[in-house]
Amino acid sequence: MAKSYSTLPLKGDPASRFLPWIVALKVYLAALALAGALALNGAVAEWQGARAGTITVQVPPPGADDGTDQVDAAVAVLRATPGVATARALDRAEIVALLEPWLGAGNVDVDLPLPWLIDVKLDGETPLDTAALDARLQAAAPGAEIDDHGEWLARVASAARAIQFAALAVVLAIVAATVGTVVFTTRTSLALHHDTVELLHLIGAQDDFIARAFARLALGLGLKGGLIGLALAALTLTAVGTFSSGLEAPLLPRLSLTPTAYLALALLPVASALVAMATARVTVLRALAAMP
Amino acid sequence: MRYGTGPEVLHDINFTLEAGSFHFLVGPSGAGKSSLLRIMYLAHRPSRGLISLFDRDIAMLSRAELPAIRRKIGVVFQDFRLLDHLTAFENVVLPLRIAGARDEQVRDHVRELLHWVGLGDHVDALPATLSGGQKQRVAIARAVITRPRLLLADEPTGNVDAEVGVRLLYLFEELNKIGTTVVIATHNETLVAGFDHPVVRLEHGTLGLVAGQRRRAG
Repeated sequence: MAKSYSTLPLKGDPASRFLPWIVALKVYLAALALAGALALNGAVAEWQGARAGTITVQVPPPGADDGTDQVDAAVAVLRATPGVATARALDRAEIVALLEPWLGAGNVDVDLPLPWLIDVKLDGETPLDTAALDARLQAAAPGAEIDDHGEWLARVASAARAIQFAALAVVLAIVAATVGTVVFTTRTSLALHHDTVELLHLIGAQDDFIARAFARLALGLGLKGGLIGLALAALTLTAVGTFSSGLEAPLLPRLSLTPTAYLALALLPVASALVAMATARVTVLRALAAMP
Repeated sequence: MRYGTGPEVLHDINFTLEAGSFHFLVGPSGAGKSSLLRIMYLAHRPSRGLISLFDRDIAMLSRAELPAIRRKIGVVFQDFRLLDHLTAFENVVLPLRIAGARDEQVRDHVRELLHWVGLGDHVDALPATLSGGQKQRVAIARAVITRPRLLLADEPTGNVDAEVGVRLLYLFEELNKIGTTVVIATHNETLVAGFDHPVVRLEHGTLGLVAGQRRRAG
């Protein structure tokens, strides 16, 4: 059987040995940035999903009396309101539990005046007339406030989007740096093999024949580097996931990736290989265009 | 023709090669023989003037059309220009590979040619293990493997002894007999004198003296 050989001896080049590790580092950084952005996307969606069907009604801290009459009245108003599925007043123990992440377990003073909270679940079908509800609540429990979480969610979503744009900018910068690296290594390789390239050109090789050799090599090296980078990123993300699951941070969302996000990360080596291939091809074709 | 902004190395060159002709291009070192061949095998564009190859004006050809013209020209380079990582067989098969042939399709043809140039026992040898004359013959085999319409050889006998040189020229004559136009640049006029072919002399960058027949120069 005939042995396979390459017309252009590109594989042993110093530049060719160096390229996969540079691509690996860049894919590693891109994978972390992309994973962060995608996980944040999932977390924001989770927050929005969890809060979309609920509102919270806050009844001011009791004065001389314990305020339960006002709370009962507010609950009654809520239960009679179209669009409300359930309305339940949290007892003091539940309210204290909500504060413990900030104040510490057992640090909430029994005399600390705390507002009553009513957890309201909406039926999701009938739109809620917030203004009318507020007017009825003020009559039943003066000072009661409706919190539909909209302002908080908007701020969280805005911060999350800013972080995602930053991550996207990082990924784009990494792509640009990868293109620059491939251009540099391809030009180095072209210079090293100038005589061979010129010979092929002179004996009638189409530019595409020569460019294909460089592009094929860049594709292989880009894929190899991409897979190394992705493997390192997978190890890092697993370590971060293991570490973060041990943290007690109930308000932080669970940072997890969807199957689509995993697919996007898995495609990074393919993307890096294609970017390397296209860049090498264009670089070689442009260099050959300068030949007579 | 000039290199970069340097002085003109060729000027007032005007000639036509009849199809199937055989010419020697002679002249002292530095006369411009290699430069003239470089123009003829399209490695260099002249700074002015007209070149017509195979009835096509080269200046009017698109870049995509040039490889097809180059494939009709076999070139024996003065410094062989063999690819050191390829065997004799792989070097010779290169022009066919470029044209889209697969090695197994042309294996017998290439082996036969290597045998013809006396390298039947060196088919799988790397250039580094070959002598100057053997490298020269591999380079010649590569130049003629496609049966080019025009063969340009730059000092093809420069690295071999007189006996091998004569044998190589007989090889070019064989090729010429089957229709290939041959131009051989050499400074070895003793060798040239042993053959009955027209001689074109190049001196100081221009065609100065012509011996033999069938040459139209102006």
